[in-house]
Amino acid sequence: MTYAAGVDVGSTQTKAVVVDTHAEIVGRSLIPTGADVVAAAQEAYDLALAEARVNADSVGCVIGTGYGRYKVEFGDTQVTEIVCHARGAAKMFPGTRTVLDMGGQDTKAIRVRPGGEVVDFCMNDKCAAGTGRFLQSAAAALELRLDQLGPTALRGQRPVEITTTCTVFAESEVLSWLSRGRKVEDILAGVHHSIASRSFGLLKRVGVEDEITFTGGVTRNAAMVAVLEEILGAHLNVSEDSHYMGALGAALFALERAAAGTNAGAEGAAAGKEAS
Amino acid sequence: MSTIGAAVAAGVDVGSTHTKAAVLVDGELAGTAIRRTGFRLEEAAREALEEACRAAGAATSDVDYLTTTGYGRNRIADRDLQVTDLTAQAWGARRFFPATRTVLDVGGQTMKALRLDDVGRVLSFRLNDKCAAGTGAFLEKTARYLGHPVEEIGAVAESAGEAVPISGVCAVFAESEVINHVSQGRGAPEILRGAMESLVEKSVRLLKRVGLEPEFTLVGGIMRFPTMVEVMRRDLAEDVNVPEGELVQFTGAIGAAVLSAHRLERAGAPSGARTTS
Repeated sequence: MTYAAGVDVGSTQTKAVVVDTHAEIVGRSLIPTGADVVAAAQEAYDLALAEARVNADSVGCVIGTGYGRYKVEFGDTQVTEIVCHARGAAKMFPGTRTVLDMGGQDTKAIRVRPGGEVVDFCMNDKCAAGTGRFLQSAAAALELRLDQLGPTALRGQRPVEITTTCTVFAESEVLSWLSRGRKVEDILAGVHHSIASRSFGLLKRVGVEDEITFTGGVTRNAAMVAVLEEILGAHLNVSEDSHYMGALGAALFALERAAAGTNAGAEGAAAGKEAS
Repeated sequence: MSTIGAAVAAGVDVGSTHTKAAVLVDGELAGTAIRRTGFRLEEAAREALEEACRAAGAATSDVDYLTTTGYGRNRIADRDLQVTDLTAQAWGARRFFPATRTVLDVGGQTMKALRLDDVGRVLSFRLNDKCAAGTGAFLEKTARYLGHPVEEIGAVAESAGEAVPISGVCAVFAESEVINHVSQGRGAPEILRGAMESLVEKSVRLLKRVGLEPEFTLVGGIMRFPTMVEVMRRDLAEDVNVPEGELVQFTGAIGAAVLSAHRLERAGAPSGARTTS
């Protein structure tokens, strides 16, 4: 049996996925990226192989994606994360026409054709507002863990209005609401609202079309899913593997390349690169 | 009438990061003090004013007229007058350099460019308070990523041989940029100098939008760092004015105090009782 793998080296976390010949996920891993990006890529890959009980020799092709894709030194080639998220989302939710990817330092809105080909995309490349980083700042200011944010925000009845745009200044705004006696859950509800509205802005710029698939690390935050659905007035496709969507897309490109000989797969990947 | 028998004019500048107080006795600068603003800004303001008064050989009760400025200016109950930072900085800059026509103020969370007419009225201004990349917070963040507290920024940057280019689009993204540079063996001094050059580039862009009319006066806490001034001299004008030493961060408070003195003088009561309190 031939396997293929994708390694998504994000600014905050590194994800790896191993798929079998039928494009089913057989192994996955998720670790913090940290300062040694090369080591993180290798470790994530090794962990995913271990979960899949697959030897690296049985893997026909590995593709790197994410901001650190060139640090996947054992990879055969690289594809941008925009193309990979689109591909992964179309595989997991075939009806996908719009992808919202919210990661640690960036948020991307992507419009795709049936099958996952990228039509257009838009991202925050100049400013960290409206990304997972905003949640990290809020968590740091409130001394909470990231996984406590969603459940806490869901209890908020009267969201505060977060007026600062900048993630750096948001930290002081969160603390100043606290000093004015507002409840942590209302402050967090406001924070989620602020991030969701920024994403909505990005989505409007590419044009929102049903179905919308939500990908990236923030998909695990139930409050963000709820607020986004409220603002969009639409259902969001989310699965437990949404966090791995970029790595999955990379693995699917790798599978194509491994299965059809290098040429066809490379073309697919090259087309993907052009689109982004 | 104040017990020390002289006109005591005070100014308090409640900034987003620091609160500064200045006291003029008979028109001469007699005391300054600075506190972190924190979230009890009334307390920070009271303490700063007390300390500045003490340094001036007076007590808070001796203050004949108090002008407040800065983002927390309306939270100080004892004020006689409140003015915007723009007005206070204009008065402060002209107190040191009377021919000032353009002022750049870089603070902890804002960057402001002002153009003044020949009598010090603000003709136009531009400000950035939306993005940390154009403020002192950018340097603070960069220094923190490098493991240096704020107090060390000036000395560390001064020891740099050259600057590592820092894009400066976002204070958050700067973290990855800094990590990259460090992993490539670049040192903290060159990186900090790079961050300062990026801040200067942003400053010059903001100044261009109000018009570049000399004389230029640079104010705000960030200008305490000699490297900032050095790069401003290189990129803006060789002969920019900078108030000496620590005074550069007190120009807002001093401007407010000068306004207080002006009001006292105009009221014809150089050491008269406060009109309101």
